[in-house]
Amino acid sequence: MLDNSWVVLLIVIFGAIAVIMPLVGYLTLAERKVSAWIQDRVGPNRVGPFGLLQPLADGVKFFLKEAPIPKNVDKIFYLLAPAVAMATALIAFAVVPWGATTPPPKPIAMTVSQTDVNTPSALDQFEQTQKEYKNTFNGVIVPGLDIGLLYVFAIGSLAVYGIILGGWSSDNKYSLLGSIRSSAQIISYEIPLGMSIIGILLYTGTMNLEGIIEWQRVNGWFLFFQPLAFLLFMTSVYAECNRLPFDLPEAEQELVGGYLTEYGSLNFGMFMLGEYTHMITTSLLMSILFFGGWSLFGLENSIADPIWGFVLKTFILLAKMGFFLMMYLLVRWTIPRFRFDQLMTLAWKVMIPLSILHLLATMLIRQFDVSPWILSIVSIALFIGAGMIAVTYSTGPNNTPRRTKIPVMAK
Amino acid sequence: MPMTDSDVTWVEEPKLGLLGQLYLPIVYDGLKTTVKHIFSKKLTESYPEQEPTLPPNYRGVHRLNRDDDGRVKCVACYMCATACPAHCIDIVAAPAPQTWTDREKYPETFVIDELRCIYCGMCEEACPVDAIELTTLYDLTGLSREEMIFDKEKLLSVFDQTTQAGTDPVRSRAGKLGPASDAPSATGT
Repeated sequence: MLDNSWVVLLIVIFGAIAVIMPLVGYLTLAERKVSAWIQDRVGPNRVGPFGLLQPLADGVKFFLKEAPIPKNVDKIFYLLAPAVAMATALIAFAVVPWGATTPPPKPIAMTVSQTDVNTPSALDQFEQTQKEYKNTFNGVIVPGLDIGLLYVFAIGSLAVYGIILGGWSSDNKYSLLGSIRSSAQIISYEIPLGMSIIGILLYTGTMNLEGIIEWQRVNGWFLFFQPLAFLLFMTSVYAECNRLPFDLPEAEQELVGGYLTEYGSLNFGMFMLGEYTHMITTSLLMSILFFGGWSLFGLENSIADPIWGFVLKTFILLAKMGFFLMMYLLVRWTIPRFRFDQLMTLAWKVMIPLSILHLLATMLIRQFDVSPWILSIVSIALFIGAGMIAVTYSTGPNNTPRRTKIPVMAK
Repeated sequence: MPMTDSDVTWVEEPKLGLLGQLYLPIVYDGLKTTVKHIFSKKLTESYPEQEPTLPPNYRGVHRLNRDDDGRVKCVACYMCATACPAHCIDIVAAPAPQTWTDREKYPETFVIDELRCIYCGMCEEACPVDAIELTTLYDLTGLSREEMIFDKEKLLSVFDQTTQAGTDPVRSRAGKLGPASDAPSATGT
């Protein structure tokens, strides 16, 4: 019973995968080129013009290389781990808009007028709006999912399994340590990840990502109303993707390769694909949740033609995503890596209290219907207040021995 | 001597101020540096298209110099063969032709095994008449070991090649050494 919507859905799914995989490949090339430029050298530039065929060469290498499976590993989990890592990253992409969207129709509230028999009943009106919604083309793979944001976080939490299974099944102390550290890091940072978003949900009333874009298109970007939430979300998302400054689990200098040590060509490739897909998904999320998605202060309406308007909005959204991806690549070479206890301190002692206080502030401001701009002032004040508390009570690094200290003598 | 407490100086780290604890201004400064480097001039030399610029005293492949009249400068004194640590120079001396009145001997064969050579430059330093020099040719390759044993003709041809290319001017310590090392214009036939 393949009717029109199934065909469209399959085409969209296939199209999305066919777009994500090359995008991930070119993201690896972009990472290498940008890393090289930051280090005053030229990246890969031999394979195609400007190295543009390099991901193709890498893909061929991954396919043709021997994928070693050490003898003593737990074979099922060893092979399952990269599959889980990649699959969860891809599935989480299903509800994230990549193009222009229309928000799903809200429920109809109607008083039934007994005298007027010509007005359609509430049910008929509802059916009508749903049918209209189904027939509009949305730039999402799965439009209208009401639990949109919760779905993304839930699937993202499953990604930890890939790492834990990978570390455990490689019969290797260092892999185990790396995977345990990584899983501790990821589950610690999931808490501020979720809590920083609740402030947004209090305003929009819906977890649907298209609805969130709609709210921002009408009322203004959440970046201006809740800058602290943006900061917390961005930091948590860096930790979720195991990117510097939180990449202790896969740091080459620290743990050989961490949980990636025992993995060969295609298995390793799948872990990497999963990580880069996660980067793309979270960059899109950041631009949707805080930067207004495909809206640009009204500029997106400048083209009246529906198809070119769609293209313009998609382009705006993808440009914002590109900005966040560049931030990922730049921050990697800017900030030194956090030590593991500094990482955990940051999550539990700094980010969770801040996100709770921010949530409290949002609740109060929303309850008493104060203007949201007060929230932005409170947000920034919370952030600076946290800084001042840190200055006053800072005792220096955690592992300095307790001896009498001599101040550095001026020369 | 075991360390005592008085040998150790404990210093106090400078504390971060408010801007430091906020962390973001520091990150912004770091990002400025990072972005500046993206647009700065790259230090990479793309090798086959861009040859490296070598200093003039680079120790590459040897050559036998000719003097102004096109004769080989070498007088077969065996100083280079004696100085060579790898024993890669093999000379057979012969009486000079009658027309060459300013020297008594000349090398009948002069063979350098470029694969044995360690490119130390001792032969160049030892030569009293500036006959043997090391050029800036660095990309020497061959398909067989025999091919890499350079004889006199090959060494002279290296000379012709490099002086024509202009990359390696002939160096001379004329006047400081014996009469055979005089500047070419001072040599009479």
